[in-house]
Amino acid sequence: MQITVNGQTQELTVQDNTLLIDLIRDQLHLTGTHSGCDTTQCGCCTVLMDQVAVKSCTILARQAEGASIQTIEGLALQDLHPVQEAFSQEHGLQCGYCTPGMIMSTVYLLQRYPNPSDEQIKEGLAGNICRCTGYVNIIKAVKSAAKKMQETKA
Amino acid sequence: MNTFQYHLTNHLQLAKDIFVSNENARFLSGGMTLLPSMKHGLIQPDHLIDVSKIPDLQVLKETSDHLIIGAAVKHDQVANNPMVQSAIPGLAYLASQIGDPQVRARGTIGGSIANNDPSADYPAGALALKAMMVTDRRDIAAEDFFTGFYSTALEEGEILSQIKFAKPIKSAYAKFKQAASGYALAGVFIAVYPDQEIRVTVTGVGAGVFRWTEAEQAFLNPKMKPSIERDDLISDLHAPSAYRVNIAQVLFKKAAQQIQNN
Repeated sequence: MQITVNGQTQELTVQDNTLLIDLIRDQLHLTGTHSGCDTTQCGCCTVLMDQVAVKSCTILARQAEGASIQTIEGLALQDLHPVQEAFSQEHGLQCGYCTPGMIMSTVYLLQRYPNPSDEQIKEGLAGNICRCTGYVNIIKAVKSAAKKMQETKA
Repeated sequence: MNTFQYHLTNHLQLAKDIFVSNENARFLSGGMTLLPSMKHGLIQPDHLIDVSKIPDLQVLKETSDHLIIGAAVKHDQVANNPMVQSAIPGLAYLASQIGDPQVRARGTIGGSIANNDPSADYPAGALALKAMMVTDRRDIAAEDFFTGFYSTALEEGEILSQIKFAKPIKSAYAKFKQAASGYALAGVFIAVYPDQEIRVTVTGVGAGVFRWTEAEQAFLNPKMKPSIERDDLISDLHAPSAYRVNIAQVLFKKAAQQIQNN
């Protein structure tokens, strides 16, 4: 099957029961995408599929045939993405396990709401769970990222 | 997950043919319930037939009296579609309250309706909005379609292709989410049709979606406080049945208020 991951189109052979996350981690060795709960709840495995945030543990690789996937590795080709920078500066992580998913969901959120309210941030990250419960700084980081991205645009 | 063969087709007829010629096949659309069920080993199909790309299942259109939504239309598409928002605002809102953003990006209306989870949102909308379920072989009214706990009138191999909603004068949905899953601990949908026809439905409270006739009467007589007397109330670790009933009463008031205000 053909799939584009972080801008690179490739031909891959996959088993029909391979999950997208397993293709990303085990076949492409992009281990920044994490597997947390494996039950569509925690959001650690979030990637962008044709620019929409999805949980890669609950998609068959074959369902992503022809799609363009962006993983956390694809955000920072040279410098860190503003969302990554903001999570680092605002300390929007504790153990960091959920962070790649949080960041991908934030990128998706800011595409839709460039200047989100607290309510929109909570709703936008409802599919991502931080078991360290470090949500206060995560919300700060999202706001800071929004500000950075708007400044860059202006 | 067990091994299986994945089939993708753009043709309804082909999907049916593949189903008939293979033992132990299942249809796959968004996969938000099917894939987790397969991971748990609850379902172990030998063939998955992906119907999400079939054009008939992707329509979203309006006639003077109806809103027609293809079974493979995703929750986010329903929530954000201006036509749905203006024709049946309660339905657009309902879709926006399902699961979380990632689930709404993949999960489909047909999947939710065909699965008939007792705590799912769409069955409440479909039953209140006099939905007709259009399949590859017949039309089934919502009253006859939802037959109880995770069960529907769909026959083996029957494909739900479109859901045809009767446009109401007004509509509203109110939901109280179970914190972890986002499913409804209780959800109440109200649809108002001409000639004071009121339809109130409840999800998350009984073994399947049901019409709440007492609330339909109470909508027109605000002094009444509708109760729910049933022998199939859900009582589990998330909430006992008395709590769910109480929440439904609160949600009914909330949705009714919303209808009065609009």
